[in-house]
Amino acid sequence: MKAAALILLALLPGIASAGTIAITNAEIHTLGRAGVIAHGSLIIRDQRIEAVGQNLALPPGAKIIDAGGKPVTPGLFDAYTSLGLKEIDGVEESDDSAAKKPRYSAALDVADAFNPRSTLIPVNRIEGLTRAAAAPESADGGSLISGQGAVISLGSLSQWLVKPKAAMYAQLGETGASLSGGSRTTAWAALREAFNDVRRAGAPRVNPEHPSQLTEEDIEALRPVLAGEEPLVLHLNRASDILAALKFADDNGIKLIVRGGAEAWLVAQPLAEHQVPVILDPRLDLPQHFESLAARADAAALLQKASVLLAFALDDDFATHNARNVRQLAGNAAAQGMDREAALAAITLNPARIYGVDNTLGSLEAGKIADVVLWDGDPLETTSFPRTVFIEGREVPAISRQTELRDRYMQRLHLGPYVKQ
Amino acid sequence: MQRPLYAAALATLLICACGHNQGTAQREPYASTYAPRAAVPVLIRHATVLTGTGSRLDDGDVLIQDHKIAQVGKGLAAPAGAVVVDAQGRWVTPGIIDPHSHLGVYASPEVWAMSDGNEATSPTTPDVWSEHSVWPQDPGFEQARMGGVTSMLILPGSANLIGGRGTLLKNVPATTYQEMKFPGAPQVLKMACGENPKRVYGKDQHRFPSTWMGDVAGYREAFVKATEYKAKRDAAKKKGGSAPDRDIGMETLADVLDGKILVEMHCYRADQMATMLDVAQEFKFKISAFHHAVEAYKIAPLLKATDTCAVMWADWWGFKMEAYDGIRENIAMVDAAGACATVHSDDPIGIPRLNQEAGKAMAAGWRAGLDIPRERAIRWITANPAKALGVSDRVGTLESGKDGDVVVWSADPFSVYSHADLVYIDGVLRYDRAHPPAQPESDFKLGVLGSEEEMQ
Repeated sequence: MKAAALILLALLPGIASAGTIAITNAEIHTLGRAGVIAHGSLIIRDQRIEAVGQNLALPPGAKIIDAGGKPVTPGLFDAYTSLGLKEIDGVEESDDSAAKKPRYSAALDVADAFNPRSTLIPVNRIEGLTRAAAAPESADGGSLISGQGAVISLGSLSQWLVKPKAAMYAQLGETGASLSGGSRTTAWAALREAFNDVRRAGAPRVNPEHPSQLTEEDIEALRPVLAGEEPLVLHLNRASDILAALKFADDNGIKLIVRGGAEAWLVAQPLAEHQVPVILDPRLDLPQHFESLAARADAAALLQKASVLLAFALDDDFATHNARNVRQLAGNAAAQGMDREAALAAITLNPARIYGVDNTLGSLEAGKIADVVLWDGDPLETTSFPRTVFIEGREVPAISRQTELRDRYMQRLHLGPYVKQ
Repeated sequence: MQRPLYAAALATLLICACGHNQGTAQREPYASTYAPRAAVPVLIRHATVLTGTGSRLDDGDVLIQDHKIAQVGKGLAAPAGAVVVDAQGRWVTPGIIDPHSHLGVYASPEVWAMSDGNEATSPTTPDVWSEHSVWPQDPGFEQARMGGVTSMLILPGSANLIGGRGTLLKNVPATTYQEMKFPGAPQVLKMACGENPKRVYGKDQHRFPSTWMGDVAGYREAFVKATEYKAKRDAAKKKGGSAPDRDIGMETLADVLDGKILVEMHCYRADQMATMLDVAQEFKFKISAFHHAVEAYKIAPLLKATDTCAVMWADWWGFKMEAYDGIRENIAMVDAAGACATVHSDDPIGIPRLNQEAGKAMAAGWRAGLDIPRERAIRWITANPAKALGVSDRVGTLESGKDGDVVVWSADPFSVYSHADLVYIDGVLRYDRAHPPAQPESDFKLGVLGSEEEMQ
């Protein structure tokens, strides 16, 4: 039975098998100590990067890809998305991104629902996205604590789970207030209660009439967060909320990540001092909410200047279907004064650091996993596109549901066959 | 000279105590009060000019005079008193036009009190006008101006089969919507296909319509009534008989049948667009454009044959079943098939970045093997939306006599790094990136950072 399953897997159309590949004549954005290497080479053997540098000896038998001087970057890494958790927002039965009436909260784990065959995955990976933090969303009627996310690979039907329980996600600010009883005070009290429940688990409660909001499973799931082993990602926008969260994290020994961060630039210094990273959407420069009155277009540049560790993710309704647009976020940040390599880091190395997988991912350095994208131009530019995407050293086929629709109708409309340039 | 002016101002005050510049007593209610302030001529020199007509002029000049485009060419002479802008290395385009926006009706902040875009109490509300909901202090207008957007169509939402009138605005700072209203532009009627009306009424309220066929029955019923109303109105005009009882909604639909009001129809699926073209044929009205039109690429030849524009996103897809077949090449394929293709934002964050959205769509076309030069793609956000909104004779291209709506870009306008350096609306400089206003234009943005520095 197992052997049959393996044969079946091997027969499935998918990603080409790995060998030794040498990309030459490339502008290599290593995101590592070597910085940007002009006219560099990069050698991939099996799943790993074997070497990066100038004038490398090419291994005999390697497949050579001449980059023609074009940029090569690490695979893109989205710091917050629900890829694999939903097909269509408006089709409830295809959407597992948010629990609507949950008995559980912290115990909810996206890995239980993740679908590596989601049609969204090829759509996004052909555009250079190779890794993502698949995270729970919050819904009206849901819990303050949305559950646990995982770092996933967009390049494997079987080995997609890179790091389970990579982070715990919760809503504070305006959303947290509405989910917990109508005020920020109720949200913080509920969050404090949750962690106090973890501390006193097993001991009888002072008032047995008031049982814990959490199940045993939730309490177990929160233990590594309280131990400072698993980060807590809080969605926060207002400067005062961010300061409150910094204090909360200090008081409880929690490893904090701020998501949202519209007003984070106002408290950049304390964020940097506490070494708390921010997951930001640099396009969000409007006062769309009272918690983001001070939103501004150059927030990313200001945070970078203050040495806050930054990652970019879409913070709108398209965080999942258009996760591929993280590079447009980086481009917008760069257009507003952020250093371009720093902007690129916010969609490659920094998410890997934030989720603790930078020992193997996020940069082009010898020994790391070979998630590599060869671009036809500046990767942050609207008009650029990947020429080739490698995930774990295997070339991603340039096919998605969208390319198939395109090709079908290009032919039907006699607009000519699709020609890869 | 001073006395008559004073007398006229006093007369206006006496007749019209309306608290803002509503002009003279002859003014029609709800009419535009927008008039560009006096401006000296502007000569923009040595730019890469995308004219919006499909041409590109390298080292080109654009002269704006008396609020209009006076001349486009090379080596133009500066009239006396003109401001001369050296645009060496920079690009010039017509002002960007967003054919689908909800700025002011779904304003920032997105609070209940500012949510005025859908009169979702009846599936057929041709009697409502989006302009009456517009809040001119929406900070999104200012942000859009910084992105080179000089006009935008403000539409009601898509909860209803017939959602009401939309209105075209010039993107000028104002205290009243009348001061923004595009003078002389036709009004439009927003209609909506598909999932939204049947969800809002059928699924959420258990009432009509609950199916797509119910949606279609709803449009037909409304236009049967409108046809009768129009016949009575026409007869009364011709023979001087009794006019029908006044019905604000029917006035709108009868104006649609008369071709005075353009139909702008939210529709995603190819088959649903084709059905709507039949409904339009049955009642003899014209659909000016399908909006969102996620599957427009599947019926591009039909859109061409019926002279119907498609108003599209560069890459939104998959958020509803009817949006599942969205592809990046939609805009480029509709354009390549010879139909009228435009890009829209439908989004306050997207509207200042319509140039980037067009850039993504253009590059998707290149990869599909379509040859789309920048001078063609710029039409998706200038000339083509002007056509979809019935104002081609006024805006959308840099041709002599057109409104002086012009953007000077720091670089290739399709680039993510490009900024609108100078934005002229009717020849008046409304945004200058090098000299931004000391304070935000929107009242709502005042006082946010107030005395932050002093209170540290």
